[in-house]
Amino acid sequence: MVAEVVPNAVPYEIVTRTDFSDVTYLLEVLEPDMAKAAHPGQFVMVMSHAEGERIPLTIADFDRERGTITLVVQAIGKTTREMQRDLIQGAHLYAMVGPMGIPSHIEGVKKVICVGGGLGVAPVYPQARAFKEAGAYVIGVIGFRNKDLVFWEDKFESVCDEFIICSDDGSVGIKGLVTEGIKIALEKHDDVDEVIAIGPPIMMRACSQFTQPYGVHTVVSLNPIMVDGTGMCGGCRVKVDGRTRFACVDGPDFDAHKVDFDDLMARLKRFREQEKQVLDRWEQGCRIPEAPTMSTPGA
Amino acid sequence: MAKKKTIRTIPQDRTPMQEQVPEIRARNFAEVSLGYELAAAVRESERCLMCPDEPCIRGCPVGINIPGFIAKIGEKDFHGAYDVLTDTTLLPAICGRVCPQETQCEGVCTVGESLESVAIGRLERFVGDMAIAEGWSAVPYIEPNELRVGIIGSGPSGMACAADMAKAGCKVTVFEAFQQPGGVLRYGIPEFRLPNEVVDAEIAKVARLGVTFRMNALVGRLFTIEQMLTDMGFDAVFVGTGAGTPVFMDIAGESLSGVVSANELLTRINLMQARDFPAHDTPLGLGKKVAVIGAGNTAMDALRVSLRLGADKVMCVYRRGHEEAPARAEELHHAEQEGIEFHWLTNPLAILDDGNGNVRGMLCQRMELGEPDKSGRRRPVPVEGSDFELECDTVVYAIGTNANPILGQTSSLALTDRGYIVANDSLATSIDGVFAGGDIVTGAATVIEAMGAGRTAAAAMKRYLGLRDSTLPYAPAERASSLFGLAPEQRNFVRVQVA
Ligand SMILES: Cc1cc2nc3c(=O)[nH]c(=O)nc-3n(C[C@H](O)[C@H](O)[C@H](O)COP(=O)(O)OP(=O)(O)OC[C@H]3O[C@@H](n4cnc5c(N)ncnc54)[C@H](O)[C@@H]3O)c2cc1C
Ligand SMILES: Cc1cc2nc3c(=O)[nH]c(=O)nc-3n(C[C@H](O)[C@H](O)[C@H](O)COP(=O)(O)OP(=O)(O)OC[C@H]3O[C@@H](n4cnc5c(N)ncnc54)[C@H](O)[C@@H]3O)c2cc1C
Ligand code: SF4
Ligand code: SF4
Ligand code: FES
Repeated sequence: MVAEVVPNAVPYEIVTRTDFSDVTYLLEVLEPDMAKAAHPGQFVMVMSHAEGERIPLTIADFDRERGTITLVVQAIGKTTREMQRDLIQGAHLYAMVGPMGIPSHIEGVKKVICVGGGLGVAPVYPQARAFKEAGAYVIGVIGFRNKDLVFWEDKFESVCDEFIICSDDGSVGIKGLVTEGIKIALEKHDDVDEVIAIGPPIMMRACSQFTQPYGVHTVVSLNPIMVDGTGMCGGCRVKVDGRTRFACVDGPDFDAHKVDFDDLMARLKRFREQEKQVLDRWEQGCRIPEAPTMSTPGA
Repeated sequence: MAKKKTIRTIPQDRTPMQEQVPEIRARNFAEVSLGYELAAAVRESERCLMCPDEPCIRGCPVGINIPGFIAKIGEKDFHGAYDVLTDTTLLPAICGRVCPQETQCEGVCTVGESLESVAIGRLERFVGDMAIAEGWSAVPYIEPNELRVGIIGSGPSGMACAADMAKAGCKVTVFEAFQQPGGVLRYGIPEFRLPNEVVDAEIAKVARLGVTFRMNALVGRLFTIEQMLTDMGFDAVFVGTGAGTPVFMDIAGESLSGVVSANELLTRINLMQARDFPAHDTPLGLGKKVAVIGAGNTAMDALRVSLRLGADKVMCVYRRGHEEAPARAEELHHAEQEGIEFHWLTNPLAILDDGNGNVRGMLCQRMELGEPDKSGRRRPVPVEGSDFELECDTVVYAIGTNANPILGQTSSLALTDRGYIVANDSLATSIDGVFAGGDIVTGAATVIEAMGAGRTAAAAMKRYLGLRDSTLPYAPAERASSLFGLAPEQRNFVRVQVA
């Protein structure tokens, strides 16, 4: 109906697809206008097909010349697994909106530690690069569960003045969590202006607690459940400094020492049952072919 | 013309409109009100007295020639009635359904002084629906010019401005952040009040005027308003982004799972089709005992949607009384019929945790009405020692909205201290060539007011661009005759082609 009258001008083609592991994959999507507009710290909302969910994904890279946006996705639930199956090179997204959120603050920082935990390596990369380009001294700390999950370490290292890699089991780099890496860096340098940490909420909370005694300004990028990403639904609300903020328009970056992480983690569990239900259903392969909508029982 | 009608000679009772019975409709999403049949519309048209002083026209925010279109219905010239309507309004099938008629046109109808007022909204809807069914639309011959107009937001204000500028010959592009156009008409108002098909049909008419829609474009972030005027080469821009940011109360328990804004609930259902979960992927997470805070149109929609999604008990919690409820009278009435439980003069103090991060209930306080406040409504004051617990597992906030911050963050537009865009009477903003209207200027208002604002801005925009036009887009004095939906002042430089 509307689709006929209103064709999308941009077909959001996947021009590159790379798999880093059996759960992590990279999509490079053609969207020249967005590639021009994107800044580190911003994200997009993606719908892979018309019946799909709108999900937020951080802009892990952008290439203004190629006109592309790079997303790195972890397949954890129905939507991200279905995307893993379907979004091969040449496929199209149904919708991609952005760049959303307030760009990260880069200027005026002379020495910075950029911390990426697991998948968080991807979103923190463009910030590390931007800091480097702005002339800052960049210390990269990235952590993975084990060697097999490591990706982008060369890419990341190339924008860092110092680089520390950590793994839970010691199979690569130093053994320990990213906080071990932060500790090494903070003990060596007493003039760090800022720590930026992106990863799972547990990891961001740990980093925040760790840097607090050092009094170093720490920034985290919050990832609450979102629907529209335009400030319209309030689903992404987080508690920062005791106030309700909307992560999609007031963030996603916030001062870590003021964030209520327990609140964030509780709210991420809101749809746990439904997420499981939809995933089970999908795994059983019983995706019923879409009947045309407008189900109007009793009509 | 027949002999003059008087209040005694007209049909005394308002012609009833067919509705689905409450017990059945409360469990489905099909439209509640079924609209007039032809005979009913003609009968109702006979109730209009054709008052020479036309109070109803002044009651309509955009000044529709009400006796004019009703007279055409009486003559069974329905296309003629449609032409009279489209002189002024772009969205008759929509406004006929959703206008708060009792405070606008019907509220001042002469017949209403002694009988029930003429059912102006229902008649307007009848004509609008017939136009959709018959495929009528007011597409004039358009003399193209080289001017380019950008519209931000595809709600009623944006669509109205887009249509007027396209009719004036400009190349118009509408930018919309969502994947589908319509604004609140799409994501807010549910299907049982305003079917998506009606919204689609009205948007298709705008598209037929040559307007291009670009979806998934978040203006401010993808490009700025300033860039539209410079790099992108737009000669003028209209901002109709609506007031969509939901307000919370900052009381304890607000972040519990099970607490949502009405916007989130309605967006999940209307835009993302969560009611078809799991066939559509977006989850809803609605419980069995739902409490909605507020009593405006948004609250009524959240209440009735919850009922239709299978909640056992749906409660409206409002700190003022029934009289003060801001919702359309018809929606309140329908909600009551459908079995919504109303807790008037009740104010929530805290949302209670069940120990697992879910909602167990709400701590409330009884209120009584005191002196009138600034809004003229009597101010609710707490009754000492009246605290009590209301059991529920879902709490929905429908207590109003704030201005969306994105354009403020990304442009030099002057804003009010509450974040709304500052615009003068002709809706020009602080940036030359940029106009704004609808909820983002006035705060949450109505569909017809937003549409009117889009047209007022279009008139100013035409003057700004040096296009021939009168000073007013829909001056009531000029509405007398109609030609394919063109305002008289637009006809002097175009030829008209039958679409
Ligand atoms: C600003 C932001 C940036 C993000 N960037 C990335 C990224 O670069 N790469 C990446 O892989 N993931 C990213 N995420 C998380 C990603 O959106 C979720 O993993 C995804 O929505 C899961 O969907 P699913 O259906 O596959 O899983 P589900 O089974 O539906 O959910 C699994 C978990 O993901 C979270 N989640 C579910 N739905 C949403 C939603 N609509 N919005 C946010 N979180 C949700 C919840 O914690 C949930 O428990 C980001 C989230 C936010 C808010
Ligand atoms: C649930 C609900 C029920 C209502 N019921 C009624 C009723 O019965 N009767 C009545 O008269 N009124 C009703 N209203 C009010 C009415 O819908 C609004 O007053 C009207 O829609 C405002 O129109 P608008 O054009 O200003 O903005 P909106 O309809 O809000 O549309 C704005 C559009 O702009 C888009 N947008 C926002 N920011 C950007 C951006 N930066 N870039 C691109 N696009 C952007 C949004 O996505 C949206 O689509 C209701 C409102 C709600 C929420
Ligand atoms: S647009 Fe609304 S107020 Fe005006 S005549 Fe129609 S129903 Fe009445
Ligand atoms: S006020 Fe009522 S009766 Fe009089 S012209 Fe208007 S609709 Fe007809
Ligand atoms: S995602 Fe809806 S307000 Fe942020």
